[in-house]
Amino acid sequence: MDTNQYLEMFIDESKEHLQACNEHLLELEKNPQDLAIVNEVFRSAHTLKGMSATMGYEDIADLTHMMENVLDAIRNSKIRVTTEILDIVFRAVDYLEEMVLDIASGGTGKKDVRELVDSLNRIEVGGGVAEAETAATVVLEDKASQEDALNYDGYEMTVISQSFEQGFSAFEIIVKLREDCLLKAARVYMVFEILEKSGEIVKSEPKVERLENEDFNETFTVALITKEDADVLKAKVMKVSEIESVTVISVTTDYLMRDKYNEISESPDSNPQVIIETDVKKGSNDQKGKRNTGVQSGNKTIRVNIDRLDILMNLFEELVIDRGRLQSIASEIHNPELNETVERITRVSGDLQSIILNMRMIPVETVFNRFPKMVRQLARDLNKKIELEVIGAETELDRTVIDEIGDPLVHLIRNALDHGIESPAERIAKGKPEVGTVTLRAYHSGNHVFIELEDDGAGVNRERVLAKAIKSGIVSSEMAQSLTDRQVAELILASGFSTAEKISDVSGRGVGLDVVKNTIESLGGFISIESKEGQGSLFQVQLPLTLSIISVMLVELESEVFAIPLSSIIETAIIQTSEIMKAHNQQVIDFRGNIIPLVNLTEIFEMPERIGETNGYQSIVIVRKGEKLAGLVVDSFIGQQEIVLKSLGNYLQSVFAISGATILGNGQVALIVDCNALIK
Amino acid sequence: MTDILNQKEMKVIVFQLLDMEYAISVDIVQSIEKVLSVTRVPKTPAYVKGVINLRGLVTPIVDLRERFGLATKEMDDSSRIIIVTLDEYDVGLIVDAANDVLDIPVDAIEPQPEVVGTIESDFISGVAKVEKHLLVMLNLDKVLEPVKRATLDEF
Repeated sequence: MDTNQYLEMFIDESKEHLQACNEHLLELEKNPQDLAIVNEVFRSAHTLKGMSATMGYEDIADLTHMMENVLDAIRNSKIRVTTEILDIVFRAVDYLEEMVLDIASGGTGKKDVRELVDSLNRIEVGGGVAEAETAATVVLEDKASQEDALNYDGYEMTVISQSFEQGFSAFEIIVKLREDCLLKAARVYMVFEILEKSGEIVKSEPKVERLENEDFNETFTVALITKEDADVLKAKVMKVSEIESVTVISVTTDYLMRDKYNEISESPDSNPQVIIETDVKKGSNDQKGKRNTGVQSGNKTIRVNIDRLDILMNLFEELVIDRGRLQSIASEIHNPELNETVERITRVSGDLQSIILNMRMIPVETVFNRFPKMVRQLARDLNKKIELEVIGAETELDRTVIDEIGDPLVHLIRNALDHGIESPAERIAKGKPEVGTVTLRAYHSGNHVFIELEDDGAGVNRERVLAKAIKSGIVSSEMAQSLTDRQVAELILASGFSTAEKISDVSGRGVGLDVVKNTIESLGGFISIESKEGQGSLFQVQLPLTLSIISVMLVELESEVFAIPLSSIIETAIIQTSEIMKAHNQQVIDFRGNIIPLVNLTEIFEMPERIGETNGYQSIVIVRKGEKLAGLVVDSFIGQQEIVLKSLGNYLQSVFAISGATILGNGQVALIVDCNALIK
Repeated sequence: MTDILNQKEMKVIVFQLLDMEYAISVDIVQSIEKVLSVTRVPKTPAYVKGVINLRGLVTPIVDLRERFGLATKEMDDSSRIIIVTLDEYDVGLIVDAANDVLDIPVDAIEPQPEVVGTIESDFISGVAKVEKHLLVMLNLDKVLEPVKRATLDEF
């Protein structure tokens, strides 16, 4: 089979399934009793197995197959979820990810999975993990008291429902042996023999091996597909001696489903929790689980290349321009029907615009969801106890921004875990809770998205940072004394700075936080740090909602229209020309007590000299770059508008003081002023 | 334009500047537009007239007369903008008139005459004689070298 045409789909879907595995496994670690989660993981693994086998990636199929077996054992309560088991399953998922990435980059997806398959195998058999057996017994007793109900996997359910179609019926036969039964295994054998003559045994609870070892109490359940009657079966089984009772329950499709629900609602909550490091508060956790399932059922998506959306956007702008023309024609003709139609078109196209813009927005979750696992792993590597709280993962951002912020965030989190959170012993010594908390938060505010990373760790040590900064020549020792705590904290973002005293696996790879700062600033964002020594740090990243649409102030210079990004504007003002002062050949004004320089845009943009002088007033846009301010002199303000950012292309490479262009409603091109270039 | 040698004939677009006829291969021509409203871009060389909105794409345009150091002329009804697509970018060329599409035999193209010492000689890849016409073949890669940043020193 030529599978090439499916390759892209395979890779995308595999990644999705692996992500789902990761998320659910993390959840499972927090709720080891919740078998519904195991089912979710199982489903992803199963699909992945099927896909990779079809595509001919044997190693992936083998590994997922073993993973499935382990998961199956977990959900059949044969083994209990422990951190060790999850470690191996996580490693399996990591391997799978590597293999899928290998395929994505043109490789064969081959990898030596034998060792891992062996470990998985050991878990499944139960030999490697001694405590699994005892745990299983505990669960089993629990279940026996509740009139044991079987729980079927996808395959078994299919077999059963197919047998219905062929005129068979299915029964669950619950056999209770007498308490004084001496040869339990023999009785079981006899029951099985009878049943096997009457039909086909789908499964038993406990499993056959355990029944043979007499490793069960008095009750066992057998699922049977047969053509015989329930009463006949019961009578046959009752013929075996030392049996107290036989209950035959007819299995229907509904019954199968009911079983599942029972399973979930009845799963005991009070069982001892497995001790794990990345434990999250129960409350928030439950909420998240609920939301996740909701999203999953109602979320059907389709993948679209972002280029296509750009084309759609361009076409749409054409439409908007023509709409503008229609509007002006309609206002000349004064035909009520035409006016009405144009109004409708205006409204519809307005809605259409917001839909197109929204299509490019995706929840920041797509970036955040890789962090819980990363934190889990890092916490183990660093021997720290860390709890990661994620808030606002549903906050939406433009695709172009999402693609860029992943790496800086990874860096910040690594930094917080390595330098921020102290070791458990240190924390106890400081009187803090042993488990450190790292909070990742995203929210909208105005036209920006804020992403915050807060930790309750050691915070920035002023003396150490200053010493290091002076040593590496970032600040002079005189200057150092006058810096505020915030300024000192922000020194760690300076290039060539790293406070790690020893190079660890986690950080100190020669890449400092300055890279983070640069990336964020190149996206038009800011990063700031607030830190209290001994109490923790807060890294705040401010990002524009989108890189392709920005809010601007349109201004007029002579007959030309320019756009000034609102993000740079502090305010606009109209001043009297007499207020303009001169200092060193530079025009300045007094703006609320600050002397700020004026920038004459007509000069910078090489416009022909103005003919008539102004009427004694001057329109000014006050813009900022960091802490510095400047006033841009313009002829008049047109108004605020959302515009679609377009580049000037490769032919005009970086024109001075122009950061791009946009197309206005009338079809004209307006240039966007780069305020950063205007302030030195 | 390197593979023209493999073909017998080459389809070109013929356009006019002053009294000269120039030719560029149709392969790189995207469209020929009537004059659209141009937005000036400051701090660029004089031959860059600015940018236009070409069906939603911001496209820079170059005045070929100025680029070749010829006498400038206001755009009029016969002026055209030829949109060409090079490897990395689209550029519009302002020409006096776009006349014709011609098939010219490849062997009619001769190297540029050595004696021409004007500024435009750099931009010429050859000269083709078709019937009574003399067509100047343009080397667009040279004509349209990207405009780099105007340095801060000028400011």
